[in-house]
Amino acid sequence: MLALTKPRVMSLVVFTGLCGLLAAPVPVHPVLGFAAVLCIALGAGAAGALNQWYEADLDAKMKRTAKRPLPAGRMDPQTALHFGVGLAVFSVVLMDLAANHLAAAILAVSILFYVLVYTVWLKRRTAQNIVIGGAAGAFPPLIGWVAATGDVSALPILLFAIIFLWTPPHFWALSLFVRSDYAAAGVPMLPVVAGVQATRRQIALYTLPMSAAAVAPWAMGLTGWVYGAIASTLSLLFIVLSLTVLANRATEPAGMAPEKRLFAYSILYLFALFGALVVDRWAL
Amino acid sequence: MNEDEVIRAKQAARAKVLALILGAFVVLMFAITIAKMSINQ
Repeated sequence: MLALTKPRVMSLVVFTGLCGLLAAPVPVHPVLGFAAVLCIALGAGAAGALNQWYEADLDAKMKRTAKRPLPAGRMDPQTALHFGVGLAVFSVVLMDLAANHLAAAILAVSILFYVLVYTVWLKRRTAQNIVIGGAAGAFPPLIGWVAATGDVSALPILLFAIIFLWTPPHFWALSLFVRSDYAAAGVPMLPVVAGVQATRRQIALYTLPMSAAAVAPWAMGLTGWVYGAIASTLSLLFIVLSLTVLANRATEPAGMAPEKRLFAYSILYLFALFGALVVDRWAL
Repeated sequence: MNEDEVIRAKQAARAKVLALILGAFVVLMFAITIAKMSINQ
């Protein structure tokens, strides 16, 4: 059952949600803060379960996902559907009780966006699937902030923008070295549809607005110099790694060390960036 | 262990997990209620 909730993806969602909550300029009761982060985790788990329920046929065709509970036959689809819907409703209702209506509404929108807009509508239809669908993963810091404050301001919108712009280079780096998997499953990821070099160009291009969004909270005076220095350094390294990807000419996964490095770094980048935000807010 | 016993053991394990989850839910709801009351005072 736990595997159905995509626990590895959830860890990043929970962390960014927690950082959104901790970066808010109001004190949060520890119990209510814990409940809000739990709701974000459960909502992400529900979205992951419903995604796996809908995509069981695709997952069965890809090496990376073939061992998930549904394609491997360890769980029947109806149980997964009931679990996903039940968990989604529970997480939204609990968020409403523990935090406020707005946080619950945004959580509901994020689950519906991931399941209906990304999974059902975009993923099998367009190479822009993760560009638009990336919004679903960008909601957690916004939800954390709203759970604490009850309203939306410039900083949580920037945090949303950072993850939204980070998602394409992150997923395209991955999709470059698992391109054959996506091609076999018929998923129109950018490397499958537009080719390897076009994807590398897009990665490098997206890294620029992502970096701008990452340093914007400091440039706009919404955070201190600690965040500004860490965000600038991390983003500069992201740009350098994306340029090594752009310079690479390999077309087979064995020669895609720069892509694998960028993918691994992109995860570290997001953890470190949001960690810096909290350090900046609390340590100074 | 025959097939019936295996099924019963699995059912018992699931029931224990469910009981733990329900217990945690009750504790969480209690804690949220107390926290909300302390904020409103």
